[in-house]
Amino acid sequence: MATTFDPTVSTTAGRAKNSADEIAVPITLRINGKEHVLRIDPRTTLLDCIRETVELTGTKKGCDHGQCGACTVHVNGRRVLSCLNFALAHEGEEITTVEGLGTAEAMHPMQAAFLACDAYQCGYCTSGQIMSAVALLNEPCGPDDAAVKELMSGNICRCGAYANIVAAIQQVRQRA
Amino acid sequence: MHTFEFIRPADPAAAINAAAQSKTAQQGADVRFLGGGTTLIDLMKLNVETPARVLDINRLSFDNIEDTSDGGLKIGATVRNSDLANHPRVLRDYAVLSQAILSGASGQIRNMATTAGNLVQRTRCVYFRDTAMPCNKREPGTGCPAITGSNRTLAILGTSDHCIATNPSDMCVAMATLEAIIHVQGPKGTRAIAIRDFHLLPGDTPDRETVLEPGDLITHVTLPPPITGSKQVYLKLRDRASYEFALASAAVVMIVDRGNISYIRIGLGGVGTKPWRSPEAEAALAGKPPNAASFRQATEAALRDARPQSENKFKIELAKRCLVHTLQTAANG
Repeated sequence: MATTFDPTVSTTAGRAKNSADEIAVPITLRINGKEHVLRIDPRTTLLDCIRETVELTGTKKGCDHGQCGACTVHVNGRRVLSCLNFALAHEGEEITTVEGLGTAEAMHPMQAAFLACDAYQCGYCTSGQIMSAVALLNEPCGPDDAAVKELMSGNICRCGAYANIVAAIQQVRQRA
Repeated sequence: MHTFEFIRPADPAAAINAAAQSKTAQQGADVRFLGGGTTLIDLMKLNVETPARVLDINRLSFDNIEDTSDGGLKIGATVRNSDLANHPRVLRDYAVLSQAILSGASGQIRNMATTAGNLVQRTRCVYFRDTAMPCNKREPGTGCPAITGSNRTLAILGTSDHCIATNPSDMCVAMATLEAIIHVQGPKGTRAIAIRDFHLLPGDTPDRETVLEPGDLITHVTLPPPITGSKQVYLKLRDRASYEFALASAAVVMIVDRGNISYIRIGLGGVGTKPWRSPEAEAALAGKPPNAASFRQATEAALRDARPQSENKFKIELAKRCLVHTLQTAANG
């Protein structure tokens, strides 16, 4: 499923490269406040870079086509889909993943609310839901549940934990 | 995904010079500008787009929204859809644009997607997106399996025997009713293109979707001065309540003066091969009182040339009802 370098990928004659080393280019990415000096294939998405290269696996790959929201991270404080971004486009920017939000001992209020409201079942979509929910706190959003549902529609939960996800978000918004 | 060279041009001239080397600015382009990536990277993963060079234009300072001297609005090419939809002047003066953008995609995608990128957004036709299938848009001359295949979501207006792919944009439908101007800088200089002239009907060259030529860089979009006193409404109908493309949508900008419609612009989404403006429906309503009879006449005019396929005949009635409801909402507004 990973789209990092695959030597069997067909390439157009004349621009084919034969090894990962020939293709790789240097990049410094700032993730959760820490600089990572890397060499990556230009095709590497921000998602694959975060998971496979930097080995922060809290960010999940769902559809890999911008249709599920599991890969949501923050770039300069705004939520985006890491599967539809090239890592190379984000040098010099502040990338935040779920690992950068809080720790088990000192959770972000949204993480604590998800726990308190039982806002997940299998948990696969949860980091994307939480990253989306934290960013939503700084976006124009009406006070009612319907407004939250509309702005969270880009995060699919196949277990159907939606009601509790909305409750968790509203809990944080009301305490803010 | 095919390999490519990632380039960050130093300035617009460098971007234009690099892009001018592409054999086309349409399907099959070997140089692509990268905006939000929400269409391009998706299609590169599917090997539908195979550029040898990707030019990242996100740091070229095209990210401003500013007033124009005539009272209109200038929107930079890389202004994100979320920033455009929530801009105070768009909310106040161009509400139909804000509504249309906010009805599309998701919060994350709107944070990524750019104004210029949305203008050149590609169709969601499943055959276009699948390189195992023939497609006249992706590979001219191979045929259109959608015409005899899965076509429920595809177009009923502006189709040809070669392509029935729907233009999926909400933003463009609203911009069509606002008569936006698209500003392009290319190897031969700058030019301004009315949005109605920007997108092309498929005809027998469905691989050509816009008038853009190699090296053409959209720098910004301008909106004319606001239509004072107009009511603006965008309504989008789809298979689920959010995060879904339109089966049918309608954009209306209307002024009712002393009981009659004195200004009317009508756009339709989800049903056309390009962002659809309906001068026929507008003509049917000009000077008429806003009531059920005139609205029905306008919708009949808008859909008169509709050519449904095996699975999407329902779109004709759906689009009519969508437009009637939008007109009623604007008139009651």
